[in-house]
Amino acid sequence: MSDLQITDAVRLPRRRAARAAARPLLPLSVSGLRLDIPQGALLDGLDLTLPRHGCTVIMGPNGAGKSILLKLLHGLLAPTAGSVSWNGLPATAATARQALVFQKPVLLRRSVAANLDFVLKARGGNRDRRDALLADVGLAHKARQPARSLSGGEAQRLALARALATDPEVLFLDEPTASLDPASVQVIERIVGEACARGTRIVFVTHDIGQARRIADDVVFLHRGRVAEHSAAAEFFPEPRTLVARDYLAGRIVL
Amino acid sequence: MQDIGEAFHLALTLVLSGDADLFEIVGLSLQVSLSATLIACAIGLPVGALLAVSRFRGRGAVLVMINALMGLPPVVVGLLVYLYLSRSGPLGFLGLLYTPGAMIVAQTILIVPIVAALSRQVLEDLHGEYAEQFRSLCLSRWQSITTLLWDGRYALMTVGLAGFGRAAAEVGAVIIVGGNIDHLTRVMTTAIALETSKGDLPLALALGIVLLVIALGVNAGVQMLRMSAAKQASYGAAANV
Ligand SMILES: Nc1ncnc2c1ncn2[C@@H]1O[C@H](COP(=O)(O)OP(=O)(O)O)[C@@H](O)[C@H]1O
Ligand SMILES: [Mg+2]
Repeated sequence: MSDLQITDAVRLPRRRAARAAARPLLPLSVSGLRLDIPQGALLDGLDLTLPRHGCTVIMGPNGAGKSILLKLLHGLLAPTAGSVSWNGLPATAATARQALVFQKPVLLRRSVAANLDFVLKARGGNRDRRDALLADVGLAHKARQPARSLSGGEAQRLALARALATDPEVLFLDEPTASLDPASVQVIERIVGEACARGTRIVFVTHDIGQARRIADDVVFLHRGRVAEHSAAAEFFPEPRTLVARDYLAGRIVL
Repeated sequence: MQDIGEAFHLALTLVLSGDADLFEIVGLSLQVSLSATLIACAIGLPVGALLAVSRFRGRGAVLVMINALMGLPPVVVGLLVYLYLSRSGPLGFLGLLYTPGAMIVAQTILIVPIVAALSRQVLEDLHGEYAEQFRSLCLSRWQSITTLLWDGRYALMTVGLAGFGRAAAEVGAVIIVGGNIDHLTRVMTTAIALETSKGDLPLALALGIVLLVIALGVNAGVQMLRMSAAKQASYGAAANV
């Protein structure tokens, strides 16, 4: 992220976030979002509106800008132009009420349990929830193991438990199941589904078309830094409107 | 000049017989250098951590300066501390000159830049890995720093060790501010310098041997700590279930 300007989310007063908590973060409205690097535009005038509830799946070829978009929405990156509005709040003011599960989980050099304790303590959560969270992601028996020694699937499940420990109103997941075994994929899909049913807004990036069909309420198809198509899942999968999405779903190379 | 073999023999006898003078000198050396290391870590680690997570105008210049200060010549530090602590100096009223306190001050000044510069490097690498996650969790700067210090603890032990090594091995600063006074401020390095110049090679050699053994022992100890930590990180599972 060397070229890109990072944001100041950290320094925003906590109380401001707390005061705004009564007001929902959704709907999300993004307009004219642009992110430039010296070599050109990564996102180029992106518009997007997300309704209050549900699970949005973001798809698109490698390099389309999916990860960049998540970071802009989460307030980790500052756009060159355009705006992100979480029901009136700028992205940096919404960060504390959201969580992002990164594609590569970043775990602290501590035990599995201590990774959760850390977040529960830092965010003022109830530490008694730790064991329930661990059991939920199937890691109760690994509580005392060093987190860095977990397998890929276990590490990603811990990252998901950590994200849930912050009680996010919006949960972003960036290809969380890429290269995981079927059991871990199932656990992650189940937990995300349960969170969604509880009212957590889900924004999920995946390349797995079968997974997208299982979890998506609506699909955002990104192509070359713009939203090529945004439709309800029931319409997108049987009959995508754009040629690029049709090629993508058919397994043809999309550039 | 004595035969070298004979000098070695006498030196070993001194060490093995538990010579009182020898162990007084060794004890003071450890006391001074360990105190200086602890104080330097208390100052240098937070400074290194703060520099690792902060971006500000002039940061590059600060880093260059701290890196340059790592190479401070001990005699220059000794001279500066001497000027401050001497009777007519600004801190003369403390009456520290020619006491172990003055030696601790001098060694602390000598190794704070080492601890700060090396820990900055270690923690900046770690922060590169953690930064986005920290920002996503909205951690405060204080929370970021304490987390980095804790998670980098094993690498930071090596940093402390580098500081201790430099403190224990230097002679220029302690000889100026301590004065190498017998039973008061005489440490291993100053004693070696003095006894060698007086031609008392056995004591100098005995001290040299002890100094080497201490250096080896401390390094081995830290190495073992690190290894057991690494082992925990990779195979700890079975033992802990
Ligand atoms: N920090 C950066 N500096 C320059 N280019 C970047 C940076 N991060 C990502 N990119 C580029 O932006 C494009 C979109 O990246 P990304 O959002 O990660 O794609 P994806 O849709 O696969 O997640 C890619 O071409 C990538 O090379
Ligand atoms: Mg990506």
